[in-house]
Amino acid sequence: MNISRSLRRDFITYGIGYLLAVALTGIAFACVFYRLLSPGATLGVVLVLAFIQIIVHMRCFLHISLKRSARADLQLILFSAVIILLMVGGTIVILGNLMARMM
Amino acid sequence: MSETTEPELRHAGLNLADDARELREHVESDVFGFWVFLMSDAVVFALLFAIYGTMRHATAGGPDAAQEFKFHSAFWETALLLTSSFSYGMVSLLTKHGRGRLWPLALLAVTFCLGAGFLKMEIHDFVTMFHDGATPERSGYLSSFFVLVGMHGFHVFSGLTWIVLMGIQLVVFGPDERTKVNLIRLGLFWHFLDVVWVVIFSVVYLQGLIR
Repeated sequence: MNISRSLRRDFITYGIGYLLAVALTGIAFACVFYRLLSPGATLGVVLVLAFIQIIVHMRCFLHISLKRSARADLQLILFSAVIILLMVGGTIVILGNLMARMM
Repeated sequence: MSETTEPELRHAGLNLADDARELREHVESDVFGFWVFLMSDAVVFALLFAIYGTMRHATAGGPDAAQEFKFHSAFWETALLLTSSFSYGMVSLLTKHGRGRLWPLALLAVTFCLGAGFLKMEIHDFVTMFHDGATPERSGYLSSFFVLVGMHGFHVFSGLTWIVLMGIQLVVFGPDERTKVNLIRLGLFWHFLDVVWVVIFSVVYLQGLIR
């Protein structure tokens, strides 16, 4: 492959990743700073933006893509995500419930 | 591993496109091993987040998030770390396309400065909090806060040390195969820290500052 063409393509990947990350971060901070929405809605927006930004980082900076799904990397990440979801979700549900009962 | 004719990278990060097949497979398994480490680290962070989540209201009458967090320092810390992630991406890019060693080294230095700036701001924040009496032993909330954010700060410090060592390696050996694999691993580590910070600024700082 032509070196300068693939260099430009790689640069565009990083550039898009950076611009998207800056935009998503900016929106999240702006929502909190200017109090654009109610507190509950702001929290929802911030969490959704964080989720999108994680995907952007994974795709553009860490170069994880669904196309090469035969690779073990992606399976490892998805498996870890399930483990994390179970442990974090379980901890928060159980301890939140415990706290509610003790109040 | 499935067979593809496409000379694309099969691992995350820097591509060693024009290398012999055995070498590439070797690199793939090295990088995969590093992913296993990163994911176990992610589990550690996830559990610290879970603890933080359960401790949100356990302030024991002490300072809470809204009193202690500074919006502007959280914002600039985020900007520094994000930009350092991008400049590290440029290091990977220039090394991959064989643009000598001067530019990668210069950008590595930029990455170091941005990361060090982040750490300096974070330490300054911590010192200010300590002055206000917001110490880890004040409440369960502050303990979990300092463990979580401090853990990330410690990772950034390790990353900075690694960047210095990487720079020395680049100067001494140049961008040979071994250095490139190390560059891939450092890149994954550094970008991973940025992902963790995304969750920290959203869940810890922004959630604490919403009112």
